[in-house]
Amino acid sequence: MREHIATLESLGATAFPVKTLAELEMADGLVIPGGESTTISKLLVNFGLMDAVRKFAEHKPVLGTCAGLILLSNRVEGALADQQLIGGLPVAVERNAYGGQTHSFEAEVVIAGEAERVAFIRAPRILDAGDAEVIAELNGEPVAIKAGNLMGASFHPEISGGKRLHRVFLELIEKMQAG
Amino acid sequence: MSEQKFEATNLVKRGLAEMLKGGVIMDVVTADQAKIAEDAGAVAVMALERVPADIRAQGGVARMSDPDLIEQIIEAVSIPVMAKARIGHFVEAQVLQALEVDYIDESEVLSPADYVNHIDKWGFDVPFVCGATNLGEALRRITEGAAMIRSKGEAGTGDVSEAMKHIRTIRGEIAALSAKSDDELYVAAKELQAPYPLVKEIATTGKLPVVMFVAGGIATPADAALMMQLGADGVFVGSGIFKSGNPAARAAAIVRATTYFNDPKVIAETSRGLGEAMVGINVNDLPAPHRLAERGW
Repeated sequence: MREHIATLESLGATAFPVKTLAELEMADGLVIPGGESTTISKLLVNFGLMDAVRKFAEHKPVLGTCAGLILLSNRVEGALADQQLIGGLPVAVERNAYGGQTHSFEAEVVIAGEAERVAFIRAPRILDAGDAEVIAELNGEPVAIKAGNLMGASFHPEISGGKRLHRVFLELIEKMQAG
Repeated sequence: MSEQKFEATNLVKRGLAEMLKGGVIMDVVTADQAKIAEDAGAVAVMALERVPADIRAQGGVARMSDPDLIEQIIEAVSIPVMAKARIGHFVEAQVLQALEVDYIDESEVLSPADYVNHIDKWGFDVPFVCGATNLGEALRRITEGAAMIRSKGEAGTGDVSEAMKHIRTIRGEIAALSAKSDDELYVAAKELQAPYPLVKEIATTGKLPVVMFVAGGIATPADAALMMQLGADGVFVGSGIFKSGNPAARAAAIVRATTYFNDPKVIAETSRGLGEAMVGINVNDLPAPHRLAERGW
């Protein structure tokens, strides 16, 4: 989260952590960071934020990385039976598809035309990108996608200092505000 | 053309710990406990044979857990599973890596296998977390390849005073380094018994290059929030949960207090009706040979 905030601020945006409804209402766009998707979804429900985030994601820009991508996806393989999702991205993903931590890796991917080295940590795999626009691929498979007001990536751009994905997200926010 | 994948890099090892920040890692000894921890919102579980309070009570040599138990726990939950190896016992670490645990804790809670050397952690693909009571110890562990640090506290006591001492010590030493001029850093490195480049890096950035959690003696939501307000990246809770009256409720409450650590109203609300906390032992009543934090150097 801290790295996402630092990256967004280095690109000229104002960024802050969201833990409450009031903070969510102040935001023009939301980044759902990595972490454990099961943990994040439980906390969203337990702390009473799930419905508000779902509503936010219906019409405002949201970027989900790693666990965030899982939460934004309409279909998740390997989700727990009672795992609640935010949904909205018309894609299917598989949790921990690359294996446990010893199979986590770094790789160079081209994000909307620019190459960047990013980290895949216990990452989800996009099995079917559906109608979404693919904005990054790894070995021919989609690893970042965009559909309407929502964006998702299997990887973590923030911990290797990458900025490309955040730049695309900020452009999306600007475009939606202008439109 | 196939893009190259780089596994087990420093970034990838340290990166998983980054994802756990702000969370609670819970000690569990069975698959059922692991489920309770996951349901309560733990970001990871630590699989071990006995919680520190029992190791303390029962005595004897404490070793790595039975692989069956670790596998059952890996099967039971989808969050990362950590497991403990004895200090210096690199074969226990090899076994844990073969079992594909997500993190190894080279832990003073178990009986040390080597009173001179720690494990050379660079030789492993799986990342390590190690305990530290002060900055020099943390930097020596990072030099050996640790990808995450936890301040030690005094495990199995339910007494938060040692955890407090260790995080204050480490933070204070980092602040002191930041205030030093370049020519003083050489002596600082000597005094910390840590490599100069790492000491220089910390003086410049003002923080450790890896995530630092706090462990050892955390038993209540307020304890967890206390550590977060002191600048911890997250907390380990060992005996505090499953040695208490109502583990599920206490686990969820500690998670909540760790998230909203700056909101006393939430901490007050979440501290209600949790039943008995673990009984605990005052660290001052522990004779020196029974202090786990003094293992490792």
